[in-house]
Amino acid sequence: MSPVAAAGRPHHTRRFNPDRDVEEWHGAYLPYDLIKEVTVALVVVVILVVALAVVFSSPDEKPVTIKSWSTASPVDFAQTAITELDGTSPTATYGPPYNATPGASQSVFGISPESFFGVHHPIDTANDYVLAPLRTLPDRPDVQAAVNAYTSAPAAQQAAWTAAYEKAVAKAGTGANGALTVPPGAYGPVGPIISSLTSMARSGALDGALLTSRQFYGTDYTKPLLFIADGTYLANLAQSQHLSGDQWGMMNETGNFPGQAWLWLYTLWYQVPPMNTSSSGDLQVWAIMMLLTLGLALLPFIPGLRSIPRWSRVYRLIWRQHYRDLAAAPRL
Amino acid sequence: MSIDTGTPVGAPTQPPDGVAADLPEDAGQWTAKLRRSAVTSLPPERLMPDRQPAYVASWIYVFGVLTVSALAVVIATGTVLAIMGPTWWHVSTTGLFVNSLHLWSVEVFFFTMIVHLWGKFFMAAWRGRRRATWITGVVSFVVSVGAAFTGYLSQQNFDSQWISTQAKDGINSTGAGAIFNVTNFGQMLMWHIVLLPLVVVVLVGVHVLLVRLRGVVPPFAPAEEHRTNPAGPSDGAESDSGGVSGADPVVVAGNGTSNGHVSTGHAPGREPA
Repeated sequence: MSPVAAAGRPHHTRRFNPDRDVEEWHGAYLPYDLIKEVTVALVVVVILVVALAVVFSSPDEKPVTIKSWSTASPVDFAQTAITELDGTSPTATYGPPYNATPGASQSVFGISPESFFGVHHPIDTANDYVLAPLRTLPDRPDVQAAVNAYTSAPAAQQAAWTAAYEKAVAKAGTGANGALTVPPGAYGPVGPIISSLTSMARSGALDGALLTSRQFYGTDYTKPLLFIADGTYLANLAQSQHLSGDQWGMMNETGNFPGQAWLWLYTLWYQVPPMNTSSSGDLQVWAIMMLLTLGLALLPFIPGLRSIPRWSRVYRLIWRQHYRDLAAAPRL
Repeated sequence: MSIDTGTPVGAPTQPPDGVAADLPEDAGQWTAKLRRSAVTSLPPERLMPDRQPAYVASWIYVFGVLTVSALAVVIATGTVLAIMGPTWWHVSTTGLFVNSLHLWSVEVFFFTMIVHLWGKFFMAAWRGRRRATWITGVVSFVVSVGAAFTGYLSQQNFDSQWISTQAKDGINSTGAGAIFNVTNFGQMLMWHIVLLPLVVVVLVGVHVLLVRLRGVVPPFAPAEEHRTNPAGPSDGAESDSGGVSGADPVVVAGNGTSNGHVSTGHAPGREPA
């Protein structure tokens, strides 16, 4: 193979590579009305979009609130609340960026970006989700007494109370008006604490109390969202809407609407080992996707991969008229 | 004899068309240099061509301009939603309809963009100094995914609650959760309606200009997989002009005009978006 002098730089030589270089077009040009094509395309898209909107509309499922959750499922709320108080909930044990739980950070090949960035949205679940909201009820001395009794007790005593309550609340039910009823047990002040919190939640007061920002205008829903997500109520609703991870929910939408179908590859990795069982599955999937995205962007530079279009010969379908014309042209 | 225009005696003379940098002493102006470079690279006939290479004869070429059209509808409907505020579409029938237009234009946008992307892949459309065109296209796609994602997070309904509480794990695992908090509605709304659309529009604009600059990629030559010594390669790494010196001029059918581009990646052909 002989090297070819490249254009404009005769002192450089370079072999022609069909996956990188082209022999530019020396053939015919045909009339083409750019503005007409853009206009027609826009009209077609507008008609299509209007038709789809008229026929299918768009989904808008009401959000779950702490009030709706605790009203519909007070037992699940109480079971979640006790895990927030004793520090065993998913949020309490999450690690960065919410807290510094040891060993909770994900890592790949010993690299843990979330550990590097650390805690940026601190959440102390016991205080933020249970104790601090109850302290906003000054007209309830019984509740304040229970909170004070709990916070002033030794850690071992607190653990004994919460453990006893967790056992009892597993057998809890609902009484009149859907109120929480928990079997008696040696759970000390934890009983009135969770009971009062459940009442507060059912009244709607806890929704406002959990907003991260204490200023009048607030747009950060991190704390209430994570609290709701710690329960099973939200997940059960999502399951019924085929939105769970094992249902490829990332690319689904509520109802029968199309969702983010373009995330199919991202959610695919969550379905296969080791990502589907690994404690660092999220980071593994992101690492894979970042590599693949980088590979796609830099495809023109990657020998082998950039040859796939030529090997596949799909281009013959795209340019079939051109190749037909070439075949029909008289050979010189 | 001259007409008094009120110009003070001794003031710099303006050329008739008002382009001061046409004067030799002003040619070094940054403004003049930028204008010259822009006009040289993208003369009007290349920016808005009325001819295309004959091989541009497939429906696949339509998907680029369809993508840009869908993006225009996305932005237009999103602008209406922004004007009326984030609560409007939850409480108004008209608002719900505009939201539906926004949703379906996004779906059409992604569908046409992905078809366009696959089409360009199978054309190996990065050949001949068109790598930047490919890269800006891929990055536009990736940023568009982010823009759509933040839109889903900004819906203020059950969907956005579920998506945000699930997506946080992936984002947090990368460390990005420290500054990009998917459960912060206000932050996600700002990203969705300001930052990411701006980036998408700029990227798509650059992508389209690159398409105009480089032209549509020519087909593989029939025996290209075996060839080693073509009439002339065109590749940016080797050729600033993108041309092959000594190549034949482009033949323009129809009006007898020669565009004078040779082996360029500058061909005035069509590759809409």
